[in-house]
Amino acid sequence: MRATPDTPRPAASSPAPSSPAPSGAAPSRAPTASRSRAAAWTSAWTAAWVALGRCQLASLHALAASAVGALVSLALLLVPVGVGLRLLPPAARALRRLSDRSRARAARWTGLRIDPPDPLPADRTAPARRQAGALLADDGFWRDLRWAWLEPVTGGLLVAVPPALVEYGVFGALVQPFVWRALGEGNWYAFVPVHSTATMLAALLLGLAFAAAGLLLAPAVLRGHARTGRPLLAPPRSTRLNRRIEHLTDTRSRAHDTLAAELRRLERDLHDGAQARLVALGMTLDRATRVLEADPATARELLLDVRRTSERALQDLRDLVRGIHPPVLADRGLGDAVKSLALDSFLDVHVDARLPGRFPAPVESAAYFAVSEALANAAKHAGAREVRITLTHGDGLLRVLVADDGRGGADPAKGTGLAGVAERLDTFDGTLALDSPQGGPTTVTMEIPCASSSPKTSSC
Amino acid sequence: MRVVLAEDLFLLRDGLTRTLREHGCEVVAVDNGPSLLQALLDEGAAAPDVAVVDVRLPPTFTDEGLQAALEARRRRPGLPVLVLSQYVEPLYANELLAGGEGAVGYLLKDRITDTEQFVDAVRRVAAGGTVMDPQVISRLVSRGDARGTIGSLTPRERDVLELMAEGRSNAAIANGLHISESAVAKHIASILTKLRISPSADDNRRVLAVLAYLEQ
Repeated sequence: MRATPDTPRPAASSPAPSSPAPSGAAPSRAPTASRSRAAAWTSAWTAAWVALGRCQLASLHALAASAVGALVSLALLLVPVGVGLRLLPPAARALRRLSDRSRARAARWTGLRIDPPDPLPADRTAPARRQAGALLADDGFWRDLRWAWLEPVTGGLLVAVPPALVEYGVFGALVQPFVWRALGEGNWYAFVPVHSTATMLAALLLGLAFAAAGLLLAPAVLRGHARTGRPLLAPPRSTRLNRRIEHLTDTRSRAHDTLAAELRRLERDLHDGAQARLVALGMTLDRATRVLEADPATARELLLDVRRTSERALQDLRDLVRGIHPPVLADRGLGDAVKSLALDSFLDVHVDARLPGRFPAPVESAAYFAVSEALANAAKHAGAREVRITLTHGDGLLRVLVADDGRGGADPAKGTGLAGVAERLDTFDGTLALDSPQGGPTTVTMEIPCASSSPKTSSC
Repeated sequence: MRVVLAEDLFLLRDGLTRTLREHGCEVVAVDNGPSLLQALLDEGAAAPDVAVVDVRLPPTFTDEGLQAALEARRRRPGLPVLVLSQYVEPLYANELLAGGEGAVGYLLKDRITDTEQFVDAVRRVAAGGTVMDPQVISRLVSRGDARGTIGSLTPRERDVLELMAEGRSNAAIANGLHISESAVAKHIASILTKLRISPSADDNRRVLAVLAYLEQ
């Protein structure tokens, strides 16, 4: 679950890591203002050039898609004569690799996530006839083919615009000043007839304007390209719905299992704890009643024993309730409950809770226990001294950030704690992203889609 | 002594009323947040000397009792409040102590079973003292300990600190630990030095200082 710089983060967590950057840059004081403006200018400039390069790459990619699309069509045409049967599976796989790359690029370049279709039927040991038949029956294959034919026309032409503008602009600015004398009257640059120094200068300026326009347009065009490509690249609605149903069935059955296990644990704790103590209490009381007349001193001892046992029983019940639903969480909600966790922690914990109100109880509970787990990890494994917890709510997402200054290297695959939390959050379509390089620091980002239910009533 | 008692469970309310009356208190019992606040703000002859409050009260069954007590203390600073709760919650203890005026207490409901101790706690809070449940203290102390802030204290000094934080007088601490009062005074001086708290004659302020230090 570690996010390396090259792979896109899972689901909606991508905006989170970028959020510290603007807040860090915001308090720019007067002496550094000009420097930060220069830095912003440089980064915008770099971004424009990068976007331009990506446009160029995407347009070449569209050409490749049309070529492979043509190959697939050829294979289809050749099916009746038999050769197509052999040609079709590799051509379809090549096409899928191209469309996969397009989806990955859309996510990496613009943050637009496009769900992949179901994998192609790939039983390479089956006879060619059966393989081709399975492909022809596969919906994803036909969608790939449709994309290969439409992409060069829709997206390909679109992404070709910025590079073309820049190249034409560069031609106007760098070549026109030297060639107009040789070419004379018949030389036009765009709508400017170039035949004198003045018109040459006009052409030069126009060329610079074209190049600038191409650069400025590039990022927007790249985003537009990803958006126009989505309907072609995404699986059909029925596939998405099926996946959603599978996911829900899966998380529901896991939720049932967790619930059942929890009830069993409660029953066992009650049976072995408070219940047993109450029985012991009754027995001691009985003995005390019997020796009361004959031996008041022993009776007194026994009664004191009863009191100690009753205190232990109360303690057991208290711990049990705290494990089910912590009192502050019930009374005050997530913000104060996390503050209370912070007070109780051995670490130096700073809580920044900016929540509009209460959330549905199961969501609050899941978030609370997730924070508790993350704090315990920071103390036990990371050797952290300071932890910062940020709770925010926006765009229908409850976002919880737990960042420590420990040694990092956390891996959800090794322990059950964070994996369990991730599974619990999954029930709410929530996500857990862990960023914990060796040497630290560790940041746990949790996001749960939910609406804030009631306005804040507590006066604190 | 006039006590306002807020508790929604009939059995407990009845038992507490009886106990307090047996010890010569005048008791006004209420069973929900709004009437608690009203009773706490009564003026003149009806003004309470001390409030004994359950954290969780109707109508919301959340921390209505605590909120009413805090609100009453905002309007009447120094109003003695003893909070009873099923749970030890450092956040609530902190909120009670936040004003720094003292005359507060926070006890687990279990402590009622020792009626002598309970009535003693009510009296100490009414007299302006601070009474914290041993569980609150030990949680705060163990937390401070793990951070290395009071690691320098000897075990005996820690015992003294815990009793001190419960609001005991020097004599009571000496009695509890079976040592002389002058030894207690020596330990306290040493604790205050180690914790870098300027010594003070005021019982209540030294508890607050210790707690404030531990919650840093």
